[in-house]
Amino acid sequence: MANTYALISSVTVGSGGAATIEFSSIPATYTDLVVKLSANSTTQTPRVRFNNSSSSIYSERLLYGQGSSAASASNTNTAYFDWVALCINNGANIFSNSEFYIPNYAGSNNKSVSSDSVTEINSSTGNNLYLDAGLWASSAAITSIQMFFGSGNFLEYSTAYLYGISNA
Amino acid sequence: MTTKLIVDCSTGVTTEVELTAEEIAERETMAAEYAVQKAAEDAAVAAKAAAKESANAKLAALGLTEEEIAALTK
Repeated sequence: MANTYALISSVTVGSGGAATIEFSSIPATYTDLVVKLSANSTTQTPRVRFNNSSSSIYSERLLYGQGSSAASASNTNTAYFDWVALCINNGANIFSNSEFYIPNYAGSNNKSVSSDSVTEINSSTGNNLYLDAGLWASSAAITSIQMFFGSGNFLEYSTAYLYGISNA
Repeated sequence: MTTKLIVDCSTGVTTEVELTAEEIAERETMAAEYAVQKAAEDAAVAAKAAAKESANAKLAALGLTEEEIAALTK
């Protein structure tokens, strides 16, 4: 059980927007990592990679609710996680919040990841929820995290925070 | 200019750099894939709406009231 929760780094997107937010040189001194992302975009959903790897080693199972419907999906052996699927066309100043938890990020086993995301939108039809279980099939320690768009940008005032969790 | 914000966790310094040609090429590929996917999703939504409208019209032509159609379809 975590008994420390330390901010490692954070970033706020400026007026020009950004296609990618990257945390690099992540220290291996923690047990787990947590990323908290508050994002807005006019186009696509942001994607996530570790160590800038574009290998097809990302798999995920997700449950999601959009408006009045709920569904599930499965992606196997893709080149990125596509789980932060919320900040599409929410409108000006409407952000989506996501958290992903990466236990044992510096270990030598494949990395399991969980995430949850909610759209902060005041609409009975536009509110969305995503819960995701991911697997990054790599034994490498995670030293960098990329959050990026295939199309579009993180808009101004989008923020990302990286925390380190220690269990001792 | 398409940029990337890199936060160096060892120093806390954030730098803004332009995407590499390789990264831009990948974005263009992803954008094209997304456009195809979005068009397919939009077409599916439109087709479903059209089918629903058509079905409701056929039910109405059979003499069902709006309340009866709603009872069947909702």
